[in-house]
Amino acid sequence: MTPQPTTASADGPPLLEVRDLTVEFRGQTGKVAAVNGVSFDVRPGETLALVGESGSGKSVTSLAIMRLIQRAGGNRVGGSIRLRRRSGDTVDLLAVSEDEIREIRGTEIAMVFQEPMTSLNPVHTIGAQVAEGIVFHRRVSRKAALAEAVELLDLVGIPEPQRRIRNFPHQLSGGMRQRAMIAVALACKPNLLIADEPTTALDVTIQAQILELLQGLQRQTGMSIVFITHNLGVVAEVADRVLVMYAGRIVEEAGVVPLFGRPLMPYTQGLLRSVPRLDMMSGAHEELEAIPGNVPDPTAMPAGCAFHPRCAHFRPSLCDTAVPGLEPADPEHSVRCARWRDVAAGVPA
Amino acid sequence: MTADTAIAPHGGQTLRRSTRYRTLRRFTRHRLAMFGLVVIVLLVMACAIGPSLVPFDQFQLNMRARFREPFATVHILGTDELGRDLLARLLMAGRISLTIGFAAMVIAVTVGTIVGTIAGFYGGAIGSALMRFVDAVLCFPTIFLLLTLAALVSPSILTITLIIALTAWMEVARVVQGQIRALRERDFAVAAEAMGAPDRWIMFKELLPNAVAPIVVAATLIIARGILLESYVSYLGYGIQPPVASWGNMLEKAQQYLTTAPWLALLPGLMITLAVASFNFLGDGLRDALDPRSDLT
Repeated sequence: MTPQPTTASADGPPLLEVRDLTVEFRGQTGKVAAVNGVSFDVRPGETLALVGESGSGKSVTSLAIMRLIQRAGGNRVGGSIRLRRRSGDTVDLLAVSEDEIREIRGTEIAMVFQEPMTSLNPVHTIGAQVAEGIVFHRRVSRKAALAEAVELLDLVGIPEPQRRIRNFPHQLSGGMRQRAMIAVALACKPNLLIADEPTTALDVTIQAQILELLQGLQRQTGMSIVFITHNLGVVAEVADRVLVMYAGRIVEEAGVVPLFGRPLMPYTQGLLRSVPRLDMMSGAHEELEAIPGNVPDPTAMPAGCAFHPRCAHFRPSLCDTAVPGLEPADPEHSVRCARWRDVAAGVPA
Repeated sequence: MTADTAIAPHGGQTLRRSTRYRTLRRFTRHRLAMFGLVVIVLLVMACAIGPSLVPFDQFQLNMRARFREPFATVHILGTDELGRDLLARLLMAGRISLTIGFAAMVIAVTVGTIVGTIAGFYGGAIGSALMRFVDAVLCFPTIFLLLTLAALVSPSILTITLIIALTAWMEVARVVQGQIRALRERDFAVAAEAMGAPDRWIMFKELLPNAVAPIVVAATLIIARGILLESYVSYLGYGIQPPVASWGNMLEKAQQYLTTAPWLALLPGLMITLAVASFNFLGDGLRDALDPRSDLT
C-alpha cells in the first residue's frame, strides 16, 4: 500500500468549491452544529479523502453537497457549495431550484453508500436499478437503458452481466452488490463521485478489489472522487489529498504524502499512531496507541479547540479559549492547532 | 402435504425461490386460510357459472310452488314467498354481493394507497393534514354514515359500491402511510433521491412495491367488510332494491317467514357468513405468510 503519486491536474478551476459550509440540526435539546464552517475545493480528476471518526461531520458534509439534508424542522444549511457544471456555468448547489438539483444529482454528482445491502431496493432487479437513472435522466427506452446497464455491470467487473441484470440484490454477494451500486452511480457518467465509506461493510480482500475498481474507473473517466472514510489504510491507497475532520471542523488539510510523512495536528498524529503497523511485530511488544477519551458531545462542545480535552499538547488558557484558525504550514498543508509549530518542531508534550 | 411436493425445489434453487417457497408453504400450512381460499374459489365459480346451470330464472314467479322446502322438489334449495327458485336467487345475489365487495375494495385500496403514500412520503404539514382528515373520517360511525348516504343517493350497485369504499379506504391509508414513512428512511430511498429520481418515482416505483404485502392483507379484509356492509344496508332497505337479489335484501324479506320458512333466512345468512369468514381467514393467512418473522415461532 504505497501512497499514490498525485495524478490530479492541480491547475485549472476547481470542480467543486465548498465555502463556509455549516449544517445545524435542531433537536429536542437545542441546536447542534454537525458541520461548522467547512471550506475545501475538489479539483478535476483528483481523489479527496475526508477522514474522521464517527460524528466528525464527514457524512453530513457529503449529504449537504447532494442537498439531501432535510431543511424542514429547523435544520439549517449555510455557506455555499459551488459546482462547475458540464455546461461551464458555476452554480451554488444550495441555491438552485429543486428541478435543477434533481438534474444535477446522478448526472454530475453521484453517490455510493456504505451499505450495499440496504442501498439497493430489494424488490427490483439489478438491471432495473442500474437502468433507472438512465431512464429518468435521459428518457431513453427501457430496453436501451437495460442494454447500457449490461455494459455498466461489465465495466464494474460483474461477470455474466447479461444474466446478472435479472438477479435481485439478495442473490449477489456483498462485493458484487457494491459493484452494482457503483454501476448505478456511474450510469449517467458523473464528474464527481461521492463515496461514503464504500468499503467499510466489506471484508478486506473485497475492499481492495473495490478500491482498485474505483481507481481504474477514475483513470478511465477522469472523474473526481470524494472519498469518505475512517480507515487511514484506505486513505493511503486512494487519496491525492486528505481533509481530516474533527467535531464538524477541518483540522488538517494536506496532500497524502505530507500528511502521512509529517502530520502536524495532534489529532492526525493520534489517528496515525492508532493504525497497526507491521514493524510493531518485531522486538518489543509495543502497544497500539489509542486516542484517549471520546468524540465530544455535539450539544456540549468544549470551548476553544474541540480536541483539547484529549490532546497531549494541551496548554491551559491557550487551547481552551479560542478556536484556532486553519493556518497554512506549507502552501499545500494547513492545520488548525494553536501549537502546531511546537508539534512540528518535536517539542515534547 | 401435496402442495409441498408440487413446488418442492429441485436443487440449485435460488434464494429468492426459496423465500417464495417458504412464504407459500407458510400459507398452505395455514388451514383456515386454505379453507377460506377454497370456499372463495368455489363461491366465485358457483356465482359465475352456476346461474346458467340452474334450470330456473331468479325472477321467475310460480305462485303454485311457494315456500317449497329445500331438497324436496326440483327446486334444490326450495322456493321463496313468490315461488322463485332460491338457488338461482342466491347465486345471482352472490354475483352482486361479491362484485360490490371486490369493486369497493379496488376503489378503497386505490384511494387509500394514494393518500397514504403521499402523506407518508411528504410528512410535515401535508402528511399531518391528510392523516388528520383520515382520522376524522374514521371517527364517523360507519353504519350511520352508510345509512345516511344511502338515504340521500338513489341506491344502485355503483352508488352502494362507492359508499362502501368511502367508509373503507382510511385503514388502507393508515397502513400505507406507516409503511411509506418507515421505508423512505431506508438507504435505497436516499440512494434513489441521490440519483435524481423525481418524488413520483421514489413513491410509486421504489417505496410502494415494498409495501405490497400489508396492502394485500388489508384488501382481503376490506372485501369481507364490503360484503358485510352491503348486507347491512340492503337488509335495512337502503341498498340493492328488489326484485334484484342481494344476500342482504333476501334476509330482509325472509324475516317475516322466520318461523314458517326458516331456510329463506338461513341460506342467505349462511352465504354471508361463509363469504365474510373466508375472506377474513384468507387475510389472516396472508398476513402470517407474508411476515417473514413468523418463521421464528
